[in-house]
Amino acid sequence: MKHIKVLGPGCAKCKTTYNNVLEAIKQTGVEAEVIKIEDIMEMIKYDVLTTPVLMIDGVTKVKGRVADINEIKQFLTA
Amino acid sequence: MFNWLQYFADWLIYSVFGISAKSHLGEALDFFVFDTLKIFILLFIITTIMGGVNSYFPVDKVRNFLSRNKMYGLEYLFASTFGVITPFCSCSSVPLFIGFVKGGIPLGITFTYLITAPLVNEVAIAIFAGTFGFKVTAIYVGTGIVLGIIGGYVLGKLKLEKFLSPWVQGIIANASTEEELLEEKQTLTQRFPTILKEALNIVKGVSIYIIIGIAVGGAMHGFLPTGFFEHYINKGQWYAVPLAVIMGVPMYSNAAGVIPVVQVLVAKGVPLGTAIAFMMGVIGLSLPEAMLLKKVMAWQLIAIYFGTIAFFMVLSGYLFNFIL
Repeated sequence: MKHIKVLGPGCAKCKTTYNNVLEAIKQTGVEAEVIKIEDIMEMIKYDVLTTPVLMIDGVTKVKGRVADINEIKQFLTA
Repeated sequence: MFNWLQYFADWLIYSVFGISAKSHLGEALDFFVFDTLKIFILLFIITTIMGGVNSYFPVDKVRNFLSRNKMYGLEYLFASTFGVITPFCSCSSVPLFIGFVKGGIPLGITFTYLITAPLVNEVAIAIFAGTFGFKVTAIYVGTGIVLGIIGGYVLGKLKLEKFLSPWVQGIIANASTEEELLEEKQTLTQRFPTILKEALNIVKGVSIYIIIGIAVGGAMHGFLPTGFFEHYINKGQWYAVPLAVIMGVPMYSNAAGVIPVVQVLVAKGVPLGTAIAFMMGVIGLSLPEAMLLKKVMAWQLIAIYFGTIAFFMVLSGYLFNFIL
């Protein structure tokens, strides 16, 4: 079970990242829990500077840009 | 430098499609093909270079550098220059703001970065170079950096901390210097595929705005007579520049969409300074950004922040009109 977090204040790029994560999970069939963090107070706990941020199992994988589906699939299956 | 591209555009439109060079349609299409290709080539080159620089100086590093070094005012220059290098999305402005003040970076320097970052970025530079040439681009970048320094410095001197949301004031009270970042060493060959991919993503992301912008510009270019706007706007009207900035703020667009349109405004008689002031208003200040900043500061501070920047935009508009 992977724990995935998408951090971002709800801008277009953050939504795209979130949807890409869902799609990547569907395509790989990996069991995962996805949490979307849109609250600023919550976000600063992770010391985020640029959004969107993609975290998998507590590790920041991508920040400041949209992670594409293939990229996320690699993270999930690695 | 781009002569070959003009030949190509002429050949494509006038010979292959057989549209007369004297017709409005032919002129507009020729302009569209030439400008689109030129801007895409420049955009790709500049985003790749900037991506490379950014790979070595990501924003986290910038923050830590500014947090650890006190440089007798030089940090304003650094913050502003970093604002040019690092890519910026208005949705990052709030986390960035918090991240900076959390590292003990003074409010003025944080503002400097926040002013320059949206105003001068790789996309704006590329399109500017493509439409106005390198001299005007250099002046624009220089103005953006100076604007950030002066704007941030003035805002810093105003002692505005009391207008920050209470929880942000709490963060400032507990601010601590950032630690050195641990990062894995990578060679340029290792970095390059990521840099290239990023550059392509940026080009892809803004391409639709560029095409729409150039199409609108092309249509105006072909159909409006030269000097069309001169009748309405000229250097003699002192209120044209402030009006241009005020009109620009509610328009939420990025550099990609607005610069090709601005070029046509200039070609048809709007003074360059007035047009640039308008453009700065459009890309440098936006209402969605104000809504986001509401989470960390009182509306008084947002108003002062926007007011100060708008004031300096107007000033640079006059300056451009004076020197160009």
